[in-house]
Amino acid sequence: MIVLLILIPIAAAIAIMAGAPARPAALGAALLNLVLGAIFALTFTGNPDDGGLTIQILEKPNIHLALGLYDGMSIILMLLTVIVTFAAVLSGRCPEGTERIWFPSTLFIAAGALGAFLSTDLFFFYAFHELALIPTFIMIGMLGRGDRKEAAWKITIYLAFGSIVLLAGLLWLVNAAGADSLLFDDLLASTIPADQQKGIAAFLLVGFGILVSLFPFHSWAAPAYASAPAPVSMLHAGVLKKFGLYGLLRLYPMISEGLQPWLTWLIVLLLGNILWVGFVTINQKRLDLMLGNSSVMHMGYVFLAIAALIAAGSESANPIAKPAAIVLMFAHGVSIALLFGLSDRIERKTGTLELRDLGGLAKSAPSLAFLFGLAGLASIGLPGLANFAGEVLVFLSGFKEFADDPAGGLGPIQVATILSLWGVVISAVYILRAYRRTFQGPVVTATDGARDLTFAERIPAVFLAFFLILPGLYPNTLIQFMAHDAPSAEPPQIVHDADRPPLGIPRWSPGEGSMLTEH
Amino acid sequence: MAPYYLEAYVVVLGLVLLMLEAFGPAGRKQYLGLAAIGGLVFALILLVFTEREIPGTNAEMTRFYVIDSQALFYKFLALICTILVLLLTLDFRRILSEFTENPGSEDGTGEYYALPVFACAGMMWMASAKDLVSLFVALELVTITFYILVAYMRRNVGSLEAGVKYLILGALSTGFLVYGIAWVYGTLGTTDLAVISTMLADPGAAALADRRIPLLFGLALILLALAFKIGAVPMQLWIPDVYQGAPTPTTAFLSVGSKAAGFIAALRILEPFLQSEFARAQTVFILLVLAALTILYGNLAAIPQSNFKRLLAYSSIAHAGFILLAITAWHGDPEGPTLTSGEVVGFYLGTYLLMTMGAFFVLVVVRNATGSEEISAFDGLACRNPALALTTAILLAALAGLPLTAGFYGKLFAFQLAIDSKLWWGVALGFIGVAAGFYYYFKVIRAMYWRPAASVEPIEIPVISRYALFTLTLLTLLLGIWPQPVLWLLQG
Repeated sequence: MIVLLILIPIAAAIAIMAGAPARPAALGAALLNLVLGAIFALTFTGNPDDGGLTIQILEKPNIHLALGLYDGMSIILMLLTVIVTFAAVLSGRCPEGTERIWFPSTLFIAAGALGAFLSTDLFFFYAFHELALIPTFIMIGMLGRGDRKEAAWKITIYLAFGSIVLLAGLLWLVNAAGADSLLFDDLLASTIPADQQKGIAAFLLVGFGILVSLFPFHSWAAPAYASAPAPVSMLHAGVLKKFGLYGLLRLYPMISEGLQPWLTWLIVLLLGNILWVGFVTINQKRLDLMLGNSSVMHMGYVFLAIAALIAAGSESANPIAKPAAIVLMFAHGVSIALLFGLSDRIERKTGTLELRDLGGLAKSAPSLAFLFGLAGLASIGLPGLANFAGEVLVFLSGFKEFADDPAGGLGPIQVATILSLWGVVISAVYILRAYRRTFQGPVVTATDGARDLTFAERIPAVFLAFFLILPGLYPNTLIQFMAHDAPSAEPPQIVHDADRPPLGIPRWSPGEGSMLTEH
Repeated sequence: MAPYYLEAYVVVLGLVLLMLEAFGPAGRKQYLGLAAIGGLVFALILLVFTEREIPGTNAEMTRFYVIDSQALFYKFLALICTILVLLLTLDFRRILSEFTENPGSEDGTGEYYALPVFACAGMMWMASAKDLVSLFVALELVTITFYILVAYMRRNVGSLEAGVKYLILGALSTGFLVYGIAWVYGTLGTTDLAVISTMLADPGAAALADRRIPLLFGLALILLALAFKIGAVPMQLWIPDVYQGAPTPTTAFLSVGSKAAGFIAALRILEPFLQSEFARAQTVFILLVLAALTILYGNLAAIPQSNFKRLLAYSSIAHAGFILLAITAWHGDPEGPTLTSGEVVGFYLGTYLLMTMGAFFVLVVVRNATGSEEISAFDGLACRNPALALTTAILLAALAGLPLTAGFYGKLFAFQLAIDSKLWWGVALGFIGVAAGFYYYFKVIRAMYWRPAASVEPIEIPVISRYALFTLTLLTLLLGIWPQPVLWLLQG
């Protein structure tokens, strides 16, 4: 049944290319996917084979077309994809005459992302991601804005190169593991000789790193997102980019030892993401470039959680690192999609995204200002919104080791965490500055007479905002899915006091084994 | 029916076509093409029903003729490829007729439908040759046919130049081949590859120890001649010029059919050497150097190309490099945990046929519509014919080796064998090659989707090309998801 999630968008895309009415078909497929995704997630029993599918497509090497909800991580990212896809299809206003490229591409990106997150076989995990990249490139180059050709060529070269490095790493991994098949079950059950892990880990870090815009491989991201049509930047920044992080977390148990030697490098690079790119973001003069850079910067936090996981040595030694990364991936995906969607609206209404040409937009477009403010504050990490839950969990995971043994002093992860906290300040600076310049102050020519969001335009924005608020107030809506994960890791729980406003702040007691259980 | 009647049938078919051309009614020659296609389709049907062994009444034949699943697969490839080339010719005939007898009329195009049939017979024979002499004869049948096919547009200077280059280098490589065979025969006293195999595998091959150098010298000369056929370094220099100058169907035939025939010959000749302890190390070394240089040359030299046909020429060199890598990482055991090198090569060539023939169909359509074969002729194709652009994008992505297309598996298998054999240099250069490949294939996709069109006039796809392209693209995608059928064919 789960295969439907991939087949529906592909079928709709082909139907549209063959002549079906574009927008209704795309919307129908996205809505159907949303409903099905929710049903699959909520009825999931913890058995990956439920509703899954495993067909052998090759005997040597033993490759299966295997799809299913592997664990909580797959479920959350699947939900993220169907949510953002629905909003992206709904909010995309395509230029006349390009429906037959615009909507099928959007749906193919969604199908590829879903395939990558739902594959339980390494081969299709990789292959589906590539399927999503091609329409991304084509859309940016064909229907993008501004310096679209250069941006599209840059992202193509970078990501193709990243994919090849990744492929090399994965081939080595499979060869070293010597498992019976490429199914995750078989791969994760095998062990890789310690002497080969280090090399494999390097390939995977660089390969996945390029795909996630890890510093210093990040320079493709901001121009590409700024040039891309709104649905593409929403889907790529919001969903597809998470593929690299998902892959690192998924394969982590196989190369946990091999990643250790690279920990210092990773910490330096992720601080590059948070601090260096953070300062770069402050300096941006265009709203879309600022958003693109901020999306690069926030990847640093997810890498921080991964670094904490690497430092701890295993998932059970730092049980909140992985949930932290996943919650933040979800929150960032929703918030950046909302921001890109709204900045597209701003450009349509005012004709510009140059910050110096904007101002006073809140007067004429109050609901646009409100929703943008909400998403912006979420991405800073305002308590009560999803990103806060994620960031707090990330910082807590950074200090887990210290909490377990305060006498050990501050390790590299703790230092990195303290430095990363400054990233929150940096985010506040650039988001609030951009907000002030866009929405406040005197009304200028560009914003004079700009109309507010129409009802139809509000639907996708409010829809996304809902998914910032719900997990923000009650992170357990997300974290509950992690309870299905491997029995070795204690399922983390966040529980609120009845008399406290539910702000999503986890209660943490240093004395207990798991940091998130009630005491 | 005994298997060798199949080749006889194809040769007779070619002769009948020539007779028809000479004594039949003048005028519309495309009926010859249709007759040739019909005859070859019948040969495909015969192929299914031929016996899988040589009848005892003709035991003499077993000395130089082998019929196994591999031979059948390559015969199948040769027939399919020839049929596709003839279909391509039907759509190309307008351009062909401009440069032949009585320009504009079809008077001079008749033989062009008959000659590929002879080449096909040669390729089919080559698939079954197990003796160096019969292999040589089959190879020459193919090569001599190609001398004519390359220079066929004799009123076109480019085609003539290509013909001369191909003739000179082809003659040179034939010389190498005969000289190499002579050295091997002089050393081992036989030209039968089965006998050579047992002689080399024999642990008592110590008796051969003092003859190792002459044997390897002979092998090196044969390899040079084979490198010419498959388009590998150091005999690759003719490829770009000849491919660009030759009529497009000939180019397609050269880059798929002739290459496949070269590879089956290479597999048959190299197998005894790669299976034996006696000469394995040296052979692997030579092959690795050839494979690595071929991958590097093909991929890196393709980057600056601006002509699509020339780009495909370099791409065919690059693919030859990847296939050579699979042979270098020799795996001969069909029961082993990985595919055998023979299976990988067959699979690679099978999928390569689909993608490359598709690309040439696209080229002919674009040439017919724009009169140009430059990459700039593809500008804005997505606006002029979205379906054609999508098809081209899929085929090029497959050539680049993108997952979920058939092109990915061939490279995957080749790399898997190379990693398994610990050929790290080959693997590393291979990945550089793949990365460069992405660049130059995507250049065309970029032109189609990102560049503005020079004219907004829609491009019509001729009927034959439409169905051929649809089938080839569909197969490329289907095999990208489920590649096992090709391997089943290969394994019999």
